[in-house]
Amino acid sequence: MQINSLSSHSTLFQKLRNFDYILLFCILLLGLISSLSMYSTDGGEILFHTKSHIAKFLIFFFMMIFLSLFKINIWHYFSYLFYVVILFLLIWASIYGIKVSGSQRWIDLYFINLQPSELMKIAIIACLAKYYHRVQLREVNTFKHIFFSLIILILPILLVISQPDLGTSILIGLSGLVVMWLSGLNIKYFIYSFLTLLISMPFAISLLKPYQKLRILTFLNPDRDPLGAGYQIIQSKIAVGSGGFTGKGFLKGTQNYLEFLPEKHTDFIFTLFAEEYGFLGSLGLLLIYIIIIYRIIKIGSISRSYFAKIFCYGYASSIFFYISVNMSMVLGLLPIVGSPLPIMSYGGSSMLATMIGFAIVMSAKINHKQLIA
Amino acid sequence: MLGDDFSVKKIHTINRRMFIIGAAKFIIFSGIIVRLFSLQIKDNKKYSTLSDKNRLREWRLPPIRGEFLDYFDNVIAGNNRVYELHVIPEQVEDFRYLIVRLKEILNLTNNQFEKIIKQKNQQKPWETLIVSKNLTWEQFSKVNHYLYDLVGAKPVISVSRNYPYDESYTHVLGYVSEASENDILNNQSIKDNLVPGLKVGKTGLEKSFENQLIGTNGIQRYEVNAYGKRINQVDQIDGLKGNTIKLTLDTEIQKKSAELLRGMAGSINVMDIYTGDIIAMQSSPSFDPNLFIFGISQDDWQLIRNNPLKPLVNKSLSGLYSPGSTFKPMVALSALENNIITKNFKVNCTGKTEMYGQTYHCWKEKGHGVVNLKEAMKQSCDTYFYEIARKLGVDRLRETSIKFGLGDKVLDKTFNNEKKGLVPNTKWKKNNLGKGWVLGETLITGIGQGYIQTTPLQLCLMTAQLANGGFKIYPKITINEKDKTAVEIKELMNEGQDFLESFGNDQYTKLFDKKENIELIRNSMFASTNEIRGTSYSSRIEDPKYQFAGKTGTSQVKRITEAERELDLATKDIDYKNRDHALFIAFGPFKNPRYALSIVIEHGGSGSSVAAPLAKELFKLIIDRHDLREQAQTQKIINT
Repeated sequence: MQINSLSSHSTLFQKLRNFDYILLFCILLLGLISSLSMYSTDGGEILFHTKSHIAKFLIFFFMMIFLSLFKINIWHYFSYLFYVVILFLLIWASIYGIKVSGSQRWIDLYFINLQPSELMKIAIIACLAKYYHRVQLREVNTFKHIFFSLIILILPILLVISQPDLGTSILIGLSGLVVMWLSGLNIKYFIYSFLTLLISMPFAISLLKPYQKLRILTFLNPDRDPLGAGYQIIQSKIAVGSGGFTGKGFLKGTQNYLEFLPEKHTDFIFTLFAEEYGFLGSLGLLLIYIIIIYRIIKIGSISRSYFAKIFCYGYASSIFFYISVNMSMVLGLLPIVGSPLPIMSYGGSSMLATMIGFAIVMSAKINHKQLIA
Repeated sequence: MLGDDFSVKKIHTINRRMFIIGAAKFIIFSGIIVRLFSLQIKDNKKYSTLSDKNRLREWRLPPIRGEFLDYFDNVIAGNNRVYELHVIPEQVEDFRYLIVRLKEILNLTNNQFEKIIKQKNQQKPWETLIVSKNLTWEQFSKVNHYLYDLVGAKPVISVSRNYPYDESYTHVLGYVSEASENDILNNQSIKDNLVPGLKVGKTGLEKSFENQLIGTNGIQRYEVNAYGKRINQVDQIDGLKGNTIKLTLDTEIQKKSAELLRGMAGSINVMDIYTGDIIAMQSSPSFDPNLFIFGISQDDWQLIRNNPLKPLVNKSLSGLYSPGSTFKPMVALSALENNIITKNFKVNCTGKTEMYGQTYHCWKEKGHGVVNLKEAMKQSCDTYFYEIARKLGVDRLRETSIKFGLGDKVLDKTFNNEKKGLVPNTKWKKNNLGKGWVLGETLITGIGQGYIQTTPLQLCLMTAQLANGGFKIYPKITINEKDKTAVEIKELMNEGQDFLESFGNDQYTKLFDKKENIELIRNSMFASTNEIRGTSYSSRIEDPKYQFAGKTGTSQVKRITEAERELDLATKDIDYKNRDHALFIAFGPFKNPRYALSIVIEHGGSGSSVAAPLAKELFKLIIDRHDLREQAQTQKIINT
């Protein structure tokens, strides 16, 4: 209790001193790289995307610093509420949301179009972390706990799928599952459900929307329709491949500035980066992400509370999922499902969610000795 | 509670499972790195090529056509700067407004306007719409002045064929116009250099020399964006201009010929009797070939097509005429060479002669009385030639005629519209008409009527080969480096005579047996022009510098009935299409001949009153230009 009260009364200065500066530095570095890439997508001018991206990054970065000052038990306390609010926003979005090219994902908040499904990626981890925080290891595999945790997981997935947004729902699902796995859920359940998934695959495919089926077919053979569905992935591979070892150079990515790259601000930002900075640059970027993931795991490992530990591990894993799904997708290793690259991709909701995640991690670092009752 | 076993176990589980995930992460990231390596390093070349293929696009520029020069290096078919106006509909915000504005500024007719709209609807929005291919300078500057208001309109400077002498060379050069499907199919070099709007030769030398004239495409390489819009030019490869082709023609004489023929249908040809250079080849009426370059208007086309004087026919090469009395030198020569007659052979002309109940008239009703060969040639006595033709027979006559260039193409394959003409013999009639030859037909062949058909250029060649003393020459219209000069050729001809009288030089073959025979024919032609009672006496030039020898011809296009003969109508009273063709052949200067010419006026009337006077005017110019021509020749030798 003493330790507890000690840390709760630690001064602002002490808190600042306890920040993970390597993590902060990596985040700032990503912010810089992403701003340069955004500048490149605008054709070497500071136009809308660049300005907006820099503004969002700075606002959310300082918001993250500020939120980090909250004690970890406050995050713990509000985790369910956070989840419920986001769930509510998801429902709201599916009723009153803005429809853009066939999917209803956004809520118009006047200053920002909020995409609640992005925030759900964090909320699901926080919520499940809190849920498993209190569950004893031997009780994890009881029907009751599996049942409740699955409810928590499946509700948002269904809502997001119905938007429709397959990519985000997969990432939410993966994030939730990884928390459940970390918390000690028996491996046999994963094996069973994986087998069930395999068996039900044909059935599931028949339920997919035509454009989703097309994406899978395109993934299997991009040359099927090179100017139509396969265009994105072919052009993306050309951009990455033509980058070579050292890349074409800053602002010299011809695939980018000649507008061959689709969605270059958002999901395909890595393509542009790989074209301009080549294999070396791509490895560098990957390294930054690896350091970030490593730092988060490290924070998790020193955290004394289950909540903080599970959250950090979960969050590190989901960042890993975001990156690997995004990169595999633009490199033609996975079908195109629509998932942003954290910090790099243009998009406020994704940036906000990522920063909230970092805030909780940072708070866990500052308060790593704190236990939650 | 902290130290309890389960808690430790829980933390342990979490950490262990995190480690497993960590291992999975490592594998997956390794996979991504391998993928990056394979794309960016292993297959870099492939993707770089694809990337360049994406961003670079080539535009082929129309090749620049070679020029035609006359003998004095004047450009007679060149390339002009033209001002075009292009619009790319895709890049225009308000096409309707732009096109209406352009209509006002350029004063387009409704017809032109609708044509442009139609064209626009037929093509893709990103394809260039050519609003005008030939703006005047005023229109071009006006467009440039209003350019701020004409967003999307592009004034472009381009080159296009130009014929500075308008109608003068139409039949020789032909004209160019947009390549048709057939042109592309039939000519590989057109296919290879094809760009939209490429102009190719349609007739004449423009067509014959297409492969040399066409040149090669220039290439502009642009970086384009994903929508095919040009971003910037990467490089430019200039095409090769087509070869310049130099002709033997003299523009002044060509122009003069056109002037002399104005208003009439006919042909004038002038040839160097040694080199075979065609100095003029004019067919009348002509038309302006410039009309065809940007597509001729329907009105202009109908005007040309429906003209009864047939401007589209190159009469020098494609016009077939009975040579009439201009054939008499051949008949006389053949009779002499075959020893049928001597130069003293005489016939009494009573104005007509009868054979097997048929009457054959001399043109002079009262008859010429007793005439020898020279007199008969001079006065063109038909009776005399009936008689020697009868003795000679058509088969031997044909042999001589063929030797002198009748019945075959003069310029071989240079023009695809050249005709061979016809010199009949008994075998020909049997094979083609299935009937035996009749003696009466020999008689009328003897005065150049009946089946015999010649082109004006053949008559010119025949005259030239008589004029040079009876040697074979090689007519040509283009100049090549290996061409021999007149002096060299003359020497070759003399060489042949000096050494082996009976063989001659193998290249400039002797076409005769006895030199005197040729001399006699030449003298007879001299008499015809320069002695009183000669048929072209009134067209003579007495100055020895210009003095020429000639032979008139009046060829009937229709058999004259006895009743018509009684009427003796003046030419102007006869239907145009029934009027006689007027012909004249000549060479000069008589003392030292150098040039031969032939003149044919379709339905012109008599050769002596219509064709011969033109020769008088033309000869002056030809001789006056001779020194300049020699100078140009010397200049050429010095240069090479």
